[in-house]
Amino acid sequence: MVYENPDGIRIGLEIHVQLNKLKTKMFCGCSSDYHNSAPNTHTCPVCLGLPGALPVLNRKAVEAAIKVGLALEGEIAEETQFHRKNYFYPDLPKGFQVTQYDYPIVSKGKVVIEGEDGEHVVGITRAHMEEDPGKLVHIGSIEKSKGVLIDYNRSGMPLIETVTEPDMRSPKEARRFLDKFRNILEYLDVFDGNLEGAMRVDANVSVYWGTRVEIKNISSHKGVERALLYEIMRQKNVIRRGGKITQETRHFDEGRGVTLSMRTKEEAEDYRYFREPDLMPMRVSDWVPGIRETLPELPDAKRSRFIEQYGITDMHARSLTSKIMLADFYEGVCAKGADPKTAATWTADVFLGELNYRDLAISSYDGETIGFIHAKDPQVENSFKVSDMVELVKLFSEGKVSDRAAVEVIRSILDGTEEKTPLQIIEEKGLFKAEDDLVTKAVSETIAENAAAVQDYLGGAEKSLNFLVGQVMKKTKGTADAKTARELIIKELKG
Amino acid sequence: MAKWMSVAQVKEKIRESSAEEVTASYLEVIEKSKINGYVAVSEKAVEQAREIDAKGHEGPLAGVPIAIKDNISVVGMQNSCGSKILEGYVPPFNAHVIEKLQEAGAVILGKTNMDEFAMGSSTETSYYGPTANPWDLERVPGGSSGGSAAVVAAGEAPFALGSDTGGSVRCPAAFCGVVGLKPTYGAVSRYGVVAYANSLEQVGPLANNVTDIAVLMDVIGGYDRRDSTSIDRKTAYQEALVDDVKGLKIGVPKEFFGEGIHQDVEKAVWDSIHRYEELGASWEEVSMPNIKYALASYYIIAMSEASSNLARFDGTRYGFRDRGENWHSMVSATRAEGFGTEVKRRILLGTYALSAGYHDKYYLKALKVRTLVKQDFDRALSKVDVLMAPTMPNPAFKKGEKIEDPLTLYLSDVNTCPINLAGVPSISVPCGFTDGLPIGLQIMGKPFDEPTVLRTAYTFEQNTDYHTKRPPEVA
Repeated sequence: MVYENPDGIRIGLEIHVQLNKLKTKMFCGCSSDYHNSAPNTHTCPVCLGLPGALPVLNRKAVEAAIKVGLALEGEIAEETQFHRKNYFYPDLPKGFQVTQYDYPIVSKGKVVIEGEDGEHVVGITRAHMEEDPGKLVHIGSIEKSKGVLIDYNRSGMPLIETVTEPDMRSPKEARRFLDKFRNILEYLDVFDGNLEGAMRVDANVSVYWGTRVEIKNISSHKGVERALLYEIMRQKNVIRRGGKITQETRHFDEGRGVTLSMRTKEEAEDYRYFREPDLMPMRVSDWVPGIRETLPELPDAKRSRFIEQYGITDMHARSLTSKIMLADFYEGVCAKGADPKTAATWTADVFLGELNYRDLAISSYDGETIGFIHAKDPQVENSFKVSDMVELVKLFSEGKVSDRAAVEVIRSILDGTEEKTPLQIIEEKGLFKAEDDLVTKAVSETIAENAAAVQDYLGGAEKSLNFLVGQVMKKTKGTADAKTARELIIKELKG
Repeated sequence: MAKWMSVAQVKEKIRESSAEEVTASYLEVIEKSKINGYVAVSEKAVEQAREIDAKGHEGPLAGVPIAIKDNISVVGMQNSCGSKILEGYVPPFNAHVIEKLQEAGAVILGKTNMDEFAMGSSTETSYYGPTANPWDLERVPGGSSGGSAAVVAAGEAPFALGSDTGGSVRCPAAFCGVVGLKPTYGAVSRYGVVAYANSLEQVGPLANNVTDIAVLMDVIGGYDRRDSTSIDRKTAYQEALVDDVKGLKIGVPKEFFGEGIHQDVEKAVWDSIHRYEELGASWEEVSMPNIKYALASYYIIAMSEASSNLARFDGTRYGFRDRGENWHSMVSATRAEGFGTEVKRRILLGTYALSAGYHDKYYLKALKVRTLVKQDFDRALSKVDVLMAPTMPNPAFKKGEKIEDPLTLYLSDVNTCPINLAGVPSISVPCGFTDGLPIGLQIMGKPFDEPTVLRTAYTFEQNTDYHTKRPPEVA
């Protein structure tokens, strides 16, 4: 199947990613670990732009950028070169941002995503390094705010801006690209996507191969998809009514789910780029081979290995490798003797599903425990032990608990306040699978007590069978295996 | 106590009496000053000197007082850059050169006047009023480090630090009859020095003699990891002070003796070159055909960089703040009120030169010319050891004479700014007088060949007495 792209949609993305796993900022020694600190406590003359302070390039930031470039299969520049992007804004302490201009650290890369018609290549035009500005905090809501406070803790944080070719053909592909991109960065251990402000996206979109419109500063993957869906609809409607799309920059109103015009091309700012005279070019071409050696196994390679090594399905492998910490957790479970296929089902399908249901985002893995934080409230933390998953998979494989009971155990661990092992939970709740004769007895009793349902079933009403199974489960307090109960009833009634 | 002491004499005096007494004596002289050379006098100078006395005079400059240009950050002292916009701004960190001076035991007397943000050649654009030339109080001391040069000439400090973006150390040195060095780009850290044009400027010493210049360079020179443009290279400045120019090859670029040069200046410089000849050096004319474009290139690059450097002065975080309806109008009002005319002119011109549509025509072209000027220096200095020329084509002019005509004022940098484009070292030494006003001889050298430049200057000084003359009006 080939995707025809009937509406001629072209989407390109510009993604700003904070290299928040680095210990220090881009051009000074300030700690980058500011997220839980009081405002303006992670600052110095350099990131406050005090007169006379000078930038010194953080080599680790350059190394991280090269890592990203190599993971994106891009070309790495011979040397670093920085420019000043001049504009006035209160969060910008120097009145210019130090960034890269016509000689980015990375050019011509690519990312393979699961597209509308199978594997699809998205070209990476370039990726460059720059510094983050500070943050404006409005007192109250933006509209009614009586004042603005500035927090320069973020000022000078190292960023990588990645620009893609307009290769995505649907909002879904854009979202898939972002998921994959974030996944790669987390594999490289240069980025923690759970931190506030870690990733900001600008999306360019055009329909019928026409004029592009830019949507600025969207803060979530879901937001990008929604903004694009709205904007494509808007553009198609403008054209349907005989109008024309003008080249402009729009803003996405997250609350209302609409895009609003910010400025047209004529109003575009002139940033007066010129070489940053305070930074000398740093030759980095010799670093590349060494950095290439340190590159970890990336998502695609890990997925192939999982399929081969553990004999699991492509779907499970995809899901398990969608997060480096989840992949590591799964391998930890297998390494402790759990059956890989069963472990894959329980990790990728049930466990991950329960996390999503609870809005929990995986945030750590230390070899024994995988940790999560609540996506909307990072203060809410939770965790799950490798050993618990191993025990549960074993109990299930040995037929000691039903699948329903196993799900119940996972839920209890995620929702429980006390630390308990699966075995303790099973014992406490009496979730052990019932002995076969107990089930047989419950089946006989159920048939005897529900003559009407039995008649209906024999008369062809399949639904009644479900009712009967339910009765058996009730009698056994859920310890029976539903499948076994079902088989026993059929055997009893139909011989 | 005698004014105009050399550093060696100051140290001798400290041994005889104390650092405290020496510092106090300079503060007394400053109290009676007629030149407005200091924007601020340190309240802690005497206390610092006393501490140094208590510690026992460790370090090469133990107890020796020094004056600092008001664009070099000193903890606890306002760093105004001669501008209203930095009123009340006190840096929380020391410039690298200040750290080095304090390690060496120097006592900071105060901050010296300057053209606003070092933009000028007369020290008349300062928010704190003009500084007078000690040789003629009606005349300018040159700029932009006019305060530093004037206080040294007037005996209000044994030596001083300035900064030189297009001649800002050498011009006032020439006008005030003192010695001033613009080191090789990268020889002295710029950390903590408020930038006017980053790619051009260096901190430079001003003193009454070449020896003290070398003494100061041995303290402030050298690598600093906080300045990415500083070069990791060791130079022994005082060791270069040898009275010997036998075999020295001098190049005389005729382009530095252009139209409008004062005939006494021209004569004094040629007399100096002939004096070198008598001392065993030889000279030849060299051609530097691109020098005529240097001034235009210099101003475009300097103003472009300045337009960006000065963007941070918006009233948001420090310094002067005017009122406004919202942030943008507050910034506009602050900058309209806080910057002087010349600074605004240069910000506007620099912004224009970097704008889309003009960037290639002006900024990029200026960079290309800069490369050509550099090549002129490389070529000339491949044949000779040093170049000699007048520092300034004219002696110090009257206050108010040129301030209304910026172009004429810019033209006075014609002989100093090419050196900043090339990044080479250059010193100005006193070499004569015209109508009682000092004349400066400019000696330029190869990158990082300060030793040859200093040796050449030192030999001249040992064999002439211009540097011993003192301005009668402040004596």
